[in-house]
Order: sequence, then structure tokens, then C-alpha cells
Amino acid sequence: MKYIGEHLLPGQIGHILTLLSLVASLMATIAYFMANRLGDSSEKTSWIKMARGAFFVETVSVFSIFGLIVYIISNHYHEYFFAWNHSSRSLPSKYLLSCIWEDQSGSFLLWSVWHCVLGWVLVWKSKDWEAGTMFVLNLAQFCIGTMLLGVYVFGAKIGNDPFILWRNSMPDLPIFTNPDYLQLPRVFEGNDLNTLLQNYWMVIHPPVLFLGFASTIVPFAYAFAGLMNKRHDWVKPVIPWAGFSAAILGLGIMMGAAWAYESLSFGGYWAWDPVENASLVPWLTLVAGLHVNMVYKNTGYSLKTTYFFYIITFTLILYSTFLTRSGILSDTSVHAFTVDDKNLQAIYVQLIGFVLVFFIPAMVLFARNYKTLPSIQKEEQTYSREFWMFIGSLVLFLGGIVIIAKTSTPVFNKVFGSNIAPPEDPEFAHNQIQIFVAMILGLLTAFTQYFKYKDTPKEQFGKKIWIPTLVSVIISLGISLFGEIRYGSKGPVFLVAIHLAIFTAVYAVVANASYIWLGLKGKVKAAGASVAHVGFGLVLVGILVSSAKKTVLSWNTTGITVLSKESKGAQGDPAENLTLFKAVKTDMGKYMVTWIRDTVDNIDHKRYFEIEFIAKDKSDSFKLYPDVMKNNKGMEGFAANPSAKHYWHKDIFGYITSFQENNTTDTTTFRNKQVKAGDTLFYGNGLMILEKVAINPAEQQSKVLPGEVSLFLNMTVITKDGRRYPANPGIAIKDQQLRLINDTIRSQSLVLQFNKVVDQKTGKLEIGIKESSSITELITLKVYEFPLINVLWLGVVVMTVGFGMSIRQRLLTKTNLKAV
Amino acid sequence: MKKTHIIILVLIAASIVVLISYTGDLTTYETISSAKQKEGKFVNLIAKVDKQQPVEYDAAKNPNYLTFTAVDTLGNSIKVVYHNNKPTDMEKSERLVLKGRVQGDHFDCKDILLKCPSKYKDDPNAAKNAVRNSGK
Repeated sequence: MKYIGEHLLPGQIGHILTLLSLVASLMATIAYFMANRLGDSSEKTSWIKMARGAFFVETVSVFSIFGLIVYIISNHYHEYFFAWNHSSRSLPSKYLLSCIWEDQSGSFLLWSVWHCVLGWVLVWKSKDWEAGTMFVLNLAQFCIGTMLLGVYVFGAKIGNDPFILWRNSMPDLPIFTNPDYLQLPRVFEGNDLNTLLQNYWMVIHPPVLFLGFASTIVPFAYAFAGLMNKRHDWVKPVIPWAGFSAAILGLGIMMGAAWAYESLSFGGYWAWDPVENASLVPWLTLVAGLHVNMVYKNTGYSLKTTYFFYIITFTLILYSTFLTRSGILSDTSVHAFTVDDKNLQAIYVQLIGFVLVFFIPAMVLFARNYKTLPSIQKEEQTYSREFWMFIGSLVLFLGGIVIIAKTSTPVFNKVFGSNIAPPEDPEFAHNQIQIFVAMILGLLTAFTQYFKYKDTPKEQFGKKIWIPTLVSVIISLGISLFGEIRYGSKGPVFLVAIHLAIFTAVYAVVANASYIWLGLKGKVKAAGASVAHVGFGLVLVGILVSSAKKTVLSWNTTGITVLSKESKGAQGDPAENLTLFKAVKTDMGKYMVTWIRDTVDNIDHKRYFEIEFIAKDKSDSFKLYPDVMKNNKGMEGFAANPSAKHYWHKDIFGYITSFQENNTTDTTTFRNKQVKAGDTLFYGNGLMILEKVAINPAEQQSKVLPGEVSLFLNMTVITKDGRRYPANPGIAIKDQQLRLINDTIRSQSLVLQFNKVVDQKTGKLEIGIKESSSITELITLKVYEFPLINVLWLGVVVMTVGFGMSIRQRLLTKTNLKAV
Repeated sequence: MKKTHIIILVLIAASIVVLISYTGDLTTYETISSAKQKEGKFVNLIAKVDKQQPVEYDAAKNPNYLTFTAVDTLGNSIKVVYHNNKPTDMEKSERLVLKGRVQGDHFDCKDILLKCPSKYKDDPNAAKNAVRNSGK
């Protein structure tokens, strides 16, 4: 059949480029491997030349593939499944790139792009390490290239082809009997980007995170090349690389946390979700590796651990790729990729293969060379920097291993056929252990720099350390005593641990900040490490205080009377949702909260709610603008984005947990009842009392026009759960004209109407009661307070800056030496 | 023996103790009938919403009360009570992980994990359905 309006050329070019990049990466791998085996010779030079040529072809191909996908998506060529499935015509163009990383193969492509960029820096800078390191990098490129293939080998699908035509990937769809299928409305419009990803963090977080992921290959590649060539002088040039990698990976992880905090309604920035853990653990081992690397460079100790930590870091990166992309986490994580069953086995094998291709050869080489790796027999001094750095690295590593072991229970289930599930409180299961890890790390971060390498005179150490120690004790006592750390729900041991950890975190900040003067005599240029450590300490302080003091503000107190019986059954589970009716002031603890209005933005398709908070003591008032967005991709309901009011010392953070729209037409009619003052009437959800009839009451003057005579009823509506609402339906008369003034109790969907006076002598009146299902527009809201959260974000920035300073310092000293 | 070796051994021992004690906290995935036999014990049920039975949730009355009937692949069912807001799209989810305890006649649920087929990477069936239902 001839289809109308398809653009087949970009896809054909794309297929050629995918193959070309795969072949080129294989060529480069082989050529670099050959070059690495040879000493300096013209033969080596020609292998290198060939390898660079192949790598150039590969780089051009990878960038062109990326460009072609951008081209296909931005032109809405929905004949390509990738474009149809991840974008739509109404999607704002700033989210164009997010469409690429929504897809498995798109995010692999991003990884590949970063490898190419890093590869050229290695070609430019690494001199005689080029052949060894680029061999490893190109092997990784080859593995990633297979992920984009989408060919069938013995019935198993290898990789996902981003350029596959929709009609080829799902040929049995009936729409493809229509030659003009591209004009069908759903096809024309596109399936859209997942609503959760339509957020600015999603444009920036994945590229940074993937740069972090990709850059961990460089320390690994140096270590691998070192083992192949039995040369260990790579430990010097690798330090800026490891620093860069740790900075970017850390930044990328925390951008993900910021995304979770700002746009996901998980109620916080970190949930120990398996996907989060899988990227945190390689960061921990990488930082451990960086520290033992420094130890080796300065003292000659810890070469073996340096090798081991860099190997294990990259292995963990590959393992986390396996965890998040194989679909194995689908029962434990809220945001892992899921995979349909048909491709499950193939992608399993492929991803496990990716891990083992690097891990096994590296470990075999490591084991073979283990005996010959230089080491020092003499023991480290207790009063030496290297001793404590080594301990700290070990704690980082083991803390990470504990996290990843816990995260791997689905793998354990898969291998042994068991049915283990996470604990009842999975977050606390991590917190109760990691609080001690944090405590030790804080302490070591604080004092280790005050030791010198090799040995430190005891008096000198004591003389410098006492001031920051005293200052930290005072500050942290201040926080402990006056900071209202009331996190008693997990028992006294945990509470004590929190206080101790706060002390060590403060200690880390203070000691490292003062080290810039006490140790470095104010040489700020050389203070990169200290600044990074201050940042790390601030991160710990921010995490500890904001988590320990996180409070729920939207504690439901309104409906509590009817519910308390049932709530008790749930072991005092939080009733964290508060119902708001439009324009009805609602009591929320310290605040009175009102849903003022809501508007739909036609550009980003979000409905913004304006919610006003007024403190009861009038000390504060502000507005939050959380929004909801109608879900797409066949899901009903709404995706909610939180909004936060930022203070310097805390955030008030709220999001909509459900939203009930008024879209049904009102079909109910008034029920008329005859009553007199003092009577009680019943309605569906309670009763109402008519207290008295008032003629021209002053408080209702605003509803009455000039010249009208008015009659108002004073009524009280009492709901089943004891809430009381005043109601004042009325009539106004002028020149024999009767006007009805109804009163509506929104939260009860109740409309009251004063119809007429039946009998003046007996005081009999007629009122109309309408219980409607269509009046209630309501939202339920969750509101949290996060104190000192800004300290966490500040810490991340400071840490990244610190890393940047020390990388710069290292690169500068190197060039200076050369100049001399 | 060097002191670093002692510290390494102590820390590794501590990690092993931590992991072993963690296994005590672990729970299990259960079917509805096996969960009923472990009344009062925290379990993870894998089930979905029984659409024949009513799903009760009225945010106007109480935003923190949801009750519905869950049914598993073996056809057993149980009433579920959840003291929180109703998760978006719960009825459409083909697989719910319900975390909580069986208490008497009902399952007292603490947390609900949804598995929508189209959460991140869309499965082809969802895409097919999206097009089929679009009134082409």
C-alpha cells in the first residue's frame, strides 16, 4: 500500500547511521586495543590514527542520530513511533528534549553523546594513556550501540530502534489499512509526553545526570589501562576526572531530588526509592575512590583500594542501569522503566551482559596483578591524614553496599524464586542505619584535614582543632535545645542519633570553613577541598533538620468526629488530606485556608489553583499556586504539581491530592417544606434549625437593593459530624415584585430558598431545600513544612563549587609546572 | 595484625549484622488467601480493583477514607480500607501493590503502589488502545 504524507528519508539515514556508529565503535575498540599493546613505534602511531578516524566517524554518527531524532520530533513526523509516542503538537517546544529522554533508547543515546564528548577530551589530554582508556570507552560505546539496534537475532530482539516506523513496529493495528492514517486525529496530534515529565527540571536533570553517569567510565578506564599495562602513574591525571565526575554526578542526583521536591507529589525530595539509591551508591563509591586516590598520590598507601573502588563504581553504574531499565524493579519503585513481557528476556540478557563485559575482565586483571601492586608494609600512623581518609572511604563504601544490597531484593527474588518484599517502613529501614553512617562521615570530614599526611605533632593538632570543636558544640547545642527537634516517633535511640548527627554535620561545616584560615592561611585558591567539605556538611545539616522536623500542616481536624473510630483502626495513620471547597474558609491548624480561584493556562494545559493561607495570629499570609494537569496516555485523572512558599528558614509545601470538577448539570429540584421558627428539618447529611425570621436585618443589607423590604431566615445547618454552618435565605419585596435570595452551603451541596409566607398568624413559612450533586467543586490538599531545606540546596551548590575550585587548582598547577 | 585490618574487619562485621537484621524487617508478597491466614502481619498484596463492587470515596465527607474490594488473580477478594486520598487512576491500574495488614474482615491498607502499564515506557497495548478508542 502507498501511504500518504510519510517522510521516510530521515529514518533511512538514521538506520544507516546507527549501523555506522556501531561498526565504527567496534573498529575504534580494536584499533585502540592493538595500539595499546605496542611500544612507541610507527606501527602504534598508525593504529592510533586509524582508531581516531573511527572514533571521529562514530562521533559524527551519534550526533547526527541525535539531531535526526530532534528533527523528527520537532516536525511531528508521527509515522515514527518514537515521535508519536513521546510528543504531541500541543506540547510546548521547551519540552522537546524531554521527549528524547522519556524513551529507553533516547536516554541511551544521550549517554552515548556524552561518551563521545568525554572521549575527545581524553584524546586531547591523556597522552600515552589514550590507547588504553579509549579502548575501554569505545567498548562501552559498542555496548550502548547495540541498545539502539532493534534487530532480531534468533527470535530475540536486540535493543530498541528509535527510527522504527509505527506501522512496522505494530503492523496489526487496523489504522494502517488506511493510506491516510497520519491524518487520523489521534495520530496527527501525538500521544504526548508523560505529564510528570513536563517540567523544567526534566529538561536539565537527565543531561547532567547522564554526564555524571558517563564520566565514571574515565576513572575506570584509567584503572583498567593501568592493570593492562602494569603502570600506576595514572593516579595523578585521573584526580581532576574523578573530581569532575563526583561533582556532576552529585549535582545530577540532587537535581533529580529537586525535581521530586518541586514537581512530583511524593511529598519530599528523597524517598529511598530504588531508582534514587541506584544512582547514589556509585557516587558514594566514587567519592571513596577519589579519597584513597589522594592518599596513594601523597603517601603511597591504598593503591589496591583505589583500583577496587574505581572498578566497582563503574560496575555499579552499569548495575543501576540494569536495575532501572530491565523492569525488575516494577513492584518496588514508582519510577523505573517498565518493559513488556515479550522483550523482557532479551533486555535482561543484554543488560546483564553489559555489566559483566566490564566487571569480569577488570576483576580478573585486578586479581592477577594483586600481588605485584606496590604497597607499603609499614602501618599508617594514627595521627596521619591517610589513616582517617582510608577509614572514611571504607565507611562510604560499606554504607553504599548496605544500600544497594537492600535495593537488590527484587534481584534476589528473581534468582532464588522467593517473594521477599520491602519492610513495612522502607524509609526508616534505611534511615536508622544511614544516620550512623552520616554521623561517622560528618566527624571524619570535620577533623581529618587537620591531620597532615604521614604524621602530625599531637600538640599542633590539638591547638588548631579546639576552636572549631568548641564553636560546633555551641551551635549544635543551640539547635538541639532550641531547634525543637521532636522526632520521637522512632524511639529514643534514633532521636539521640539525630542530635549526635546534627553535631557532627555542624562540626564538618565549621571545621572545614575554619581550616581555610587555620590550615591554609586564607589561601582561598587552594581551598577547593575545604569548600566541597563545607558543602557536604551543609547537605547533611539540611537533610537531618528538614527530615527530622518535617511536619504535616494539613492535619485533618474538620471531619475528625465521625472518623475517629475508624481512624484508630489504622494505628493512628496520618489523615493528611484537607478538603477545601471553593471560596470556603477552612481551618488548618495555624492557618485559615481559602481556595480563592483557579485558572487554566492554555499554553501548558495546567489548571492553577490560588490558595490563600492566613495565619490565625495574623502574623503571616501568603498564597500557594499548586496545579494539576489532566493525565494523558490513556490515564484518567490528574497529575499534580506542588507549589512552595520559600522562607529563608523553611518551606511551606503544598499539593493537590484530588480534584473534583463541577461538570455535571444540575437536575435536582427544590423540595418544599412548611416550617415555623424553632422547627428542625432533616436533609441527607444532617439537620437544620430555623431559629427566627428577621425583617430588614442590618447584617444582610448588602444583598438587598434600595427600596426593597426584606425578610431573612436565620438558620443553622448542623452536619452529621457536628460541623455548623449559618444559612440565611431571604426574600425581598418592592412594588409587588418578589425576589428570592437563596443561600448555598457549598460544602454540603445544599441550596436553601425562602419561598413564601404561608400564614402570618401562625408564622408558617415555606422553604425549599435542594441537595445537589453538582455544586460541589472541591479539592483535597496536603501541606507540609520543611524547615531549613534551603541549607540542603545551598550545600549542593557549595559542594559543586568546591569540586570546581579544586579541579581548576589541579589543572593550573600542572600547566605551571610544565612552564617551569 | 594492623589496626586498619582490625577496623576493616569490624566495619565489615557491622555491615553484615546490619544486613542480617534487615532480613528480619523484610515482609513478603502474598495472595489474598495467604494474607488472610497471616492476620495482623504486615504483607504486600498483589491485586487489582474489583470493578463489580463499589469504590467508595467522597472527598466532601472525608478526604482520608477510601474503601473498595480488591481481587487477585486466583479470584479471591477482600474489602480494603485506606486512610488516605484515592490514588489517581486506581481503577485502571492492572496491578496494585497493597501494603498493610488483614484485620478481621478487611485489609487495612497503609500504602498503595500503582503499576500503570503506561507509567514511563508505554507498553504497546496501551498505545493500541489509545488509538482504537479514539473514534478514528
